[in-house]
Amino acid sequence: MALQSLDIWRRSATTTPSPQQREPIEVAKLIDVTKCIGCKACQSACQEWNDVREEIGVNVGTYQNPHDLTANSWTLMRFAEIEENGNLEWLIRKDGCMHCADPGCLKACPSPGAIIQYKNGIVDFAEENCIGCGYCIKGCPFNIPRLSEKDNKVYKCTLCSDRVSVGLEPACIKACPTQALVFGSKDDMKDHAAERIAELKERGFENAGLYDPQGVGGTHVMYVLHHADKPELYNGLAKDPQINPMVSIWKGITKPLALMAMAGAILGGFFHYIGIGPNEVEEDEEEEKA
Amino acid sequence: MSAHSDKYIQRYNAVERLNHWMTAITFILLMLSGFALFHPALFWLTNLFGGGTWTRILHPYIGVVMFVSFSSLALRFWHHNILSKNDIQWLKQMQDVVQNHEHKLPEVDRYNAGQKLLFWTMVTTIPLLLLTGIVIWQPWFTPFFPRNLDRFAVLLHAFCAFVMGTGIIVHIYAAIWVKGTMRAMVRGTVTRGWVKKHHPGWYKRIEQGQDH
Repeated sequence: MALQSLDIWRRSATTTPSPQQREPIEVAKLIDVTKCIGCKACQSACQEWNDVREEIGVNVGTYQNPHDLTANSWTLMRFAEIEENGNLEWLIRKDGCMHCADPGCLKACPSPGAIIQYKNGIVDFAEENCIGCGYCIKGCPFNIPRLSEKDNKVYKCTLCSDRVSVGLEPACIKACPTQALVFGSKDDMKDHAAERIAELKERGFENAGLYDPQGVGGTHVMYVLHHADKPELYNGLAKDPQINPMVSIWKGITKPLALMAMAGAILGGFFHYIGIGPNEVEEDEEEEKA
Repeated sequence: MSAHSDKYIQRYNAVERLNHWMTAITFILLMLSGFALFHPALFWLTNLFGGGTWTRILHPYIGVVMFVSFSSLALRFWHHNILSKNDIQWLKQMQDVVQNHEHKLPEVDRYNAGQKLLFWTMVTTIPLLLLTGIVIWQPWFTPFFPRNLDRFAVLLHAFCAFVMGTGIIVHIYAAIWVKGTMRAMVRGTVTRGWVKKHHPGWYKRIEQGQDH
């Protein structure tokens, strides 16, 4: 159910405006990967607050645990060991929904109200409206939504919309011991990021920068990266994420065009019948011998 | 034993008719459930199937039934649907076709070029719909395919459904337009006059005893 205290910017498979009279501020989570120590407190806090539990896994030689996002793990520390500028670097990125301004999941979803974009920027799944088709998974440029084997509904980070709606910060933010995670208005987060980026540049990270990809209209989860020129170093963070063109065509122009063409075919048939008329066998044709 | 009488000529036997209507019923169910998920304006159609989730669950199974049913139909009819030189000429005279100037058209055998093209359209789109449908079949198969193939499959599935749906609109209209056609698939027979007028080539062969 949509939270009444949060106005809705967009609603999946809905062609008329949703309630959006109020003007809430746009929020954002800033993830400063340069401050992250990989403690996974955010992962634990996420599961704690949202009442989901990951199965106990096995170690495959990396700190990454679980190995991927799941219907129970909506955020995940991804660990990468890379060599950059002659140094071994251990890059840790908190992965999860980016809360795109132009969400591919919402664009692809066929079920009205199963995906809701609040006016504050949060993109939320309303699982009771989810039909389990997996279209959001095709729509997402970040590979985030996960279909649950338990109920065939899709789950992902909610940016703790329930907490935010009552003026709290998301659970992961509250748990972070190094303030690598901060939450506030998107403008404030950008200002904060700019200060951090200036510091990083002073420390020699020339390419430090903010990750707020414009291909998806900007995101409401942003990263401060030491290597903003190479986001793919961070376990394949997309350099220029966009809704895949195949999804855009499918959920864009194809929908109205196909409907209009088919309605046109039916109408064309009707007008043909009225204008030219049926092709009948006359009685004399019937009686005449071969 | 001939099923023809003085008045009527048999066009389809009972098995052929049942096979056709099995395909038609599944087609209609698929169009209703498919369109429900294609455009938000048509999502209400999911109510016919017990809601969005049931629509998502049922659609692919009905699809498999249609594929099997259509395959059987295609095996029965393909040899009547080979395009001939006459058919090319027939298509060039589309103007005469739509204006009911049938006497100006080249001689049509059991099927005219429009019917044959529809047949081959179905032969192309239905297997593609099955293949792409398997790729996007949640939760069973989609996880085994790469994401971009999944995206391509859903786009191609929608396109093929559109082509098939438009083809069937023409197919249904043609049966309404050309009077006396419907009974071929309902009763199995058509009048002698109907055959002479619309399928003179076939009529000749019947008269010569070359066709049942």
